[in-house]
Amino acid sequence: MSKSILIQGGHVVDPANQIDGPADVFIENGKIAKVGKGLKVKADQTIDAKGKIVTPGLVDIHVHLREPGFEYKETIATGTLAAVAGGVTSVACMPNTNPPIDDQAIVHFIKSKAEKEGHCHVFPVGCISKQRAGEEMSEMGELKKAGAVALSDDGAPIMNAELMRRVMEYAKMHDLVVIDHCEDMHLSNNGVMNEGEASTVMGLRGIPAASETVMVARNIVLAEMTGAKFHVAHMSTAGSVELVRQAKKKGLNVTCETAPHYWSLSDKSIKNYNANFKMNPPLRSDEDVAAIRKALKEGIVDCIATDHAPHSSTEKQCEFDEAAFGIVGLETLFPVTYSHLVEPGVVSLSRAIELLTVAPSKIVGLNKGTLSEGADADVAIFDITSEKKVDVNEFKTKGRNSPFNGWNLKGWPVTTIVSGVVKYQAE
Amino acid sequence: MSWKSKDLLTIQDLSTAEIQTILDTAASFKEVSTRSVKKVPALRGRTVVLFFHEPSTRTRISFELAAKRMSADILTVQAASSSLVKGETLIDTLKTLDSMTIDAIVVRHKCSGVPLMLANATNASVINAGDGAHEHPTQALLDLYTINEHKGKIAGLTVTIIGDVTHSRVARSNIHGLQKMGAKVRVCAPPTLLPAGIEKMGVTVFHDLDKALEGTDVVYVLRLQLERQKKNLFPTIREYSMLYSVTSERLKRAKKDAIVMHPGPMNRGVEISSGVADGPASVIDDQVTNGVAVRMAVLYLLKGEKEGEK
Repeated sequence: MSKSILIQGGHVVDPANQIDGPADVFIENGKIAKVGKGLKVKADQTIDAKGKIVTPGLVDIHVHLREPGFEYKETIATGTLAAVAGGVTSVACMPNTNPPIDDQAIVHFIKSKAEKEGHCHVFPVGCISKQRAGEEMSEMGELKKAGAVALSDDGAPIMNAELMRRVMEYAKMHDLVVIDHCEDMHLSNNGVMNEGEASTVMGLRGIPAASETVMVARNIVLAEMTGAKFHVAHMSTAGSVELVRQAKKKGLNVTCETAPHYWSLSDKSIKNYNANFKMNPPLRSDEDVAAIRKALKEGIVDCIATDHAPHSSTEKQCEFDEAAFGIVGLETLFPVTYSHLVEPGVVSLSRAIELLTVAPSKIVGLNKGTLSEGADADVAIFDITSEKKVDVNEFKTKGRNSPFNGWNLKGWPVTTIVSGVVKYQAE
Repeated sequence: MSWKSKDLLTIQDLSTAEIQTILDTAASFKEVSTRSVKKVPALRGRTVVLFFHEPSTRTRISFELAAKRMSADILTVQAASSSLVKGETLIDTLKTLDSMTIDAIVVRHKCSGVPLMLANATNASVINAGDGAHEHPTQALLDLYTINEHKGKIAGLTVTIIGDVTHSRVARSNIHGLQKMGAKVRVCAPPTLLPAGIEKMGVTVFHDLDKALEGTDVVYVLRLQLERQKKNLFPTIREYSMLYSVTSERLKRAKKDAIVMHPGPMNRGVEISSGVADGPASVIDDQVTNGVAVRMAVLYLLKGEKEGEK
């Protein structure tokens, strides 16, 4: 049985309940017991949150935990430890494991591992296709029964439009959202960074923005045809933003996420062929970055997700062409959001928290991201006043592949509580 | 001026003064290759490694001759005959070489950025002998030298680079170098062979060769990798040469005293006709000759025994 906890004197931001002001949070039996001003309750433990922000634990629906198969990059234990160190209490983990999550047994394996060794809630995303091969649809009914919350072949787009059509039809019956890594592999043509002036000067093969945008367009057309729930993973281009805007106007079941690096970095940020700036989709042009920021401001972006993708140092400290795609993001998620989205006034603090909690929960159908009475006591406390330098060597993730190393940021997690238990406490 | 940088990685990062220093130094070394005893002791006791991770004959031979004429000890490491094929990382291979105390390493690699990566990991001087589609600085330097030799200047000239700019490190280094030295640069190719945003590098883009050649002082023809046709970058070699081959007839559009250059190896009859390649405007053989002098100059500036140094 977990202890009762009183979080006292903080500024509570709980967009699900339209709370944005000073309040205490009382936790009992692993659930939120009460939120209110000047609570007079007896608690086993009192946390002084004066001057801090108290929010629902963050929900990240795009995380690569790498287990099973790539334990040298990350494990469920280290990935979820990184999550709580970032104020994240729920993660949806992507199925590009080995074996991939295309079978209920793997869903069970991940869930039981997470229960035993994990530090936060873990929700597996099942494969769209068997072996992520993009040829035959997976047993999505079975995957859902086992606990998969959504479908994706992340990292691999579904190039076959007919398969995507059938997947959407079938997934709709199971009320599963289809998350697609939108990329036309022919247009990407083995590119390693965004196509534009920067790739031309560096002599690196470019991935045109159209590679993402055409796939978003195709999937929106199929979502309209089938009525399925379609979610754009890691949206990065101005063109995608416009298509999602139109889809929303039409009232389609289309949602999208973007990641902190797509509003804080551009292809011009890549210096000295540093592969810690290599991910897929790639860092885009300044115009795309501006469009993503505008989309966040205007509410076109539904949620923020990290696409946390840890790799070993040998996979990153090598030729840019040969380096693995992907960067870690869990531990810098809120600091980059706060310092580069909230502080410059792109979105309010409350909206940022919404994009990081209740909004992503809804997309994959979780009952998370809220401080409602009776909800799981998943809570994060952030310090938004003191500035600290990002140091990858302090990360809990096994990955050191962050483009934010050395950045001075505000918004660092102080305490993270998962189901009423303190799982992270900053030193 | 005295030379400061440890490495020669790009033309982009060189100042105009540094380029001028290399060209001036090359002029004094050119004479060495005309002697009956073609050797000076400037790099005596220094070890130069030729680290080639991509097939190369011309550049490797040119560097090898340059180093030999400077009395350096030379070691050639090629991808196929080293541990690179055993899956060792590049940095580990470099550390192995470094541990045997080498002075300079000349790197050719198919991946852009590799010379920089190696330069950051060794105390030896790194010379970029071509990395991916990024840069090939000594090629641009020998081209600048050759242009200056024939034209008496570089500033104010119009240079037209024709062909597959997308995949060409030679084009990129020359664009940087020519502009730094005050020349105007045009590029001419079908849109499929021009990289995105090339105009932002300060060049004027042409698709029509006849128009591009109008008023040109230097016609610079790039090699066409014939296998690019399979990638749908042009329909057939026949159509490419109809549109872009530099022929004697077409050359008339350029200035009367225009010179024609090519980094080699040439596809005769594809990007350049034999008439032009062997004609009076061609300075292609001079480029090769000057390559040795320029590479001697680079080795000397980076590693040579200077006066007052022991």
